Amino acid sequence: MDASVKAGEPVIALRSVTAELGSRPVLRGIDLTVRRGEVVALLGANGSGKSTAVRTVIGQVPVSGGEVEIFGTPRRRFRDWARVGYVPQRTTAAGGVPATVTEVVSSGRLSRARFGLLRKVDREAVRRALDLVGMADRAKDSVDALSGGQHQRVLIARALASEPELLIMDEPMAGVDLASQEILAKTLRAQVEAGASVLLVLHELGPLEPLIDRAVVLRDGCVLHDGPPPEAVGQHALPGHDHVHPHTSDLTPVRTGLLS
Amino acid sequence: MEFLDSAFMQRALLAAVLVGITAPAIGIYLVQRRQALMGDGIGHVAMTGVGLGFLLSTSPVWMAMAVSVVGVVIMELIRWYGKTRGDIALAMLFYGGMAGGVMLINLAPGGSTANLQSYLFGSLSTVSQSDLVSICVLAGFVAVVTIGLRRQLFAVSQDEEFARVTGLPVRVLNLLVAVTAAATVTVAMRVVGLLLVSALMVVPVAAAQQLTRSFAATFAIAVAIGVTTTLGGTITNYYVEIPPGATIVLLTIAAFIVFSLIATPLARRRARAAASAAGDPAECAIPGRIPGQAKAEV
Repeated sequence: MDASVKAGEPVIALRSVTAELGSRPVLRGIDLTVRRGEVVALLGANGSGKSTAVRTVIGQVPVSGGEVEIFGTPRRRFRDWARVGYVPQRTTAAGGVPATVTEVVSSGRLSRARFGLLRKVDREAVRRALDLVGMADRAKDSVDALSGGQHQRVLIARALASEPELLIMDEPMAGVDLASQEILAKTLRAQVEAGASVLLVLHELGPLEPLIDRAVVLRDGCVLHDGPPPEAVGQHALPGHDHVHPHTSDLTPVRTGLLS
Repeated sequence: MEFLDSAFMQRALLAAVLVGITAPAIGIYLVQRRQALMGDGIGHVAMTGVGLGFLLSTSPVWMAMAVSVVGVVIMELIRWYGKTRGDIALAMLFYGGMAGGVMLINLAPGGSTANLQSYLFGSLSTVSQSDLVSICVLAGFVAVVTIGLRRQLFAVSQDEEFARVTGLPVRVLNLLVAVTAAATVTVAMRVVGLLLVSALMVVPVAAAQQLTRSFAATFAIAVAIGVTTTLGGTITNYYVEIPPGATIVLLTIAAFIVFSLIATPLARRRARAAASAAGDPAECAIPGRIPGQAKAEV
C-alpha cells in the first residue's frame, strides 16, 4: 500500500500517554502500539480508559503528557486523515434532520474529495463501501429507519469510504444483532486480508476473536496486559468451539488459516 | 400584480425572497446539530447591536451584525471550554444582550423603546435602499456558505467526532456556521423581526422533514417553504393591514401542520412499497389470520 510504512512498523504509537477528563485522571501513562497489518483489541471494564485512549489518537481528547504518533507522525502534525477510518461509539450519528445512507457514507469520503466535491470515483467508492457491509439496497433509505445493527454497518461503510489503511473502531459490536455481527466480522476480515491495520475497542472478544492478533487490557487507566488475547471463558472455552490462534510472534502475524 | 409597481413593495419582496432562502438554508444545520434555538439567542444578542447603532447614529443593521458575530463567537467558546453549566452562560448572554439593547436605545438621543419595535417584529415597509444593499450582501454570503460548503457542514453537524477524523477543520466550520447564523438573523431582522427570526430558521426545516428521507430534499423543500411563506406574508401585507412577520411565521406553522397530516399516509405507503420490493408481506403472517383483516375475536 504505502512504501513509507513497512511491515511491522507502528501505525499507531502511544508512549506514556496521560489524559484527564475534567480533573479526573483517565489515562495514567499507557503505552500502546499497533503495527502494520496487526489487529489489536483494546479491552477493559467500563471506565478503564479504553475509549479515551482511542480518542486521544484521533485528537478528540487532548493528552496531558506523553506522545501520540500516527503513521510515525506526531498526532498534532498528522494531516493525512484519508488513511484513517474511524467508527465512533454509536451515539452521535443521528442528526436532527433526515439523511440517507448514501449521504452519511459520503461524508466519509470527504477526506479524499477536493473542496468537498464528490467526483465519479468518489461516488463509486461510496457505493463499494456500502456493498462491503451489505447495505447497497438501503442506499436511499433514511438512516433513522434502520435497526441498530444496520446503523452500525452504515457507520463502518462511512469509515471504509476513504479506503483507509488503518481502522479505529470503538465498540463496533455493541448492540448489534447476530446477522450484522457476522457481516461486520466478514467485512473486517476482508479489510485485514487486504493489509489494513485495526485498533478495536471491545467490551468482550466475541465473534471477532479469531481475527485478533493481540489484546491490550486496561484497568484504571493503566495497561494490565499486552499480549495474546486473554484466556477464553464461558462458551468460547467449551469443547468444539472453533478457536484457532496461531500466537507466534507480534511482529509477523500469521495470516494463513486465521483468516480463511 | 399591481403590488409590483411600487418601489417599496419591490424592495420588500426582494428582501422577503432573500430571507426565505437564507433562514432555512442555515437553519437546517442548526436543527441538524440540535441547536434549533440558537437563532433565537442570536436575535436577543443582536438587540444590543441595534441599540448601539441608534446610540452611535450608525447603521443598526451592520451594528447588529457586528454584535451578533461577537455574541456567537462567545457562544462557541463557551461550547468548547465551559462545558459545565453552558446553558446558564448562554442564558446570561441572551438576556444580557436583550437588556443591553433596551438600555442603549434609551440612552440614545431621542431614542426610546418604540424605536425597537420595527426590529423586534419586522417592518417591511421601512426597508430602505441602503438596508437592501446590506441584506443582499449578507444573503449572498449566507448562500455561498450554506450551499457551497454543504457537504462539509453536513459532516460536521451530523457527527463532529467523525468529521475531525476526516481532517475537516471542525472548529473553523463550527464558527462559520455560527457567524453565518448571525448574518442570517441580521438579514431577517427587517422582515420578520428579531423575536420571530428563529421560527423561519427552524419551522420550514421541521415541516420539510415530515415528508423527506434525505438531507438534500429537506434542504430544497425547506427553502421552498421559506420563499413561499415570506412572499405570501409580504403580498398579504400589501392588501390587508396585518403584521407581515407574524403572518409569515403563522404560514410556516400552517405548512408544518399540513405536511404532518400528509406524512402518516405517505410513510405507510412507502413502507408498503419497500416491503413489496423486498418480497416481504407488509404485515406479519399470523396463522389463521387473513392479512389486512382486523382480529375478529378479542
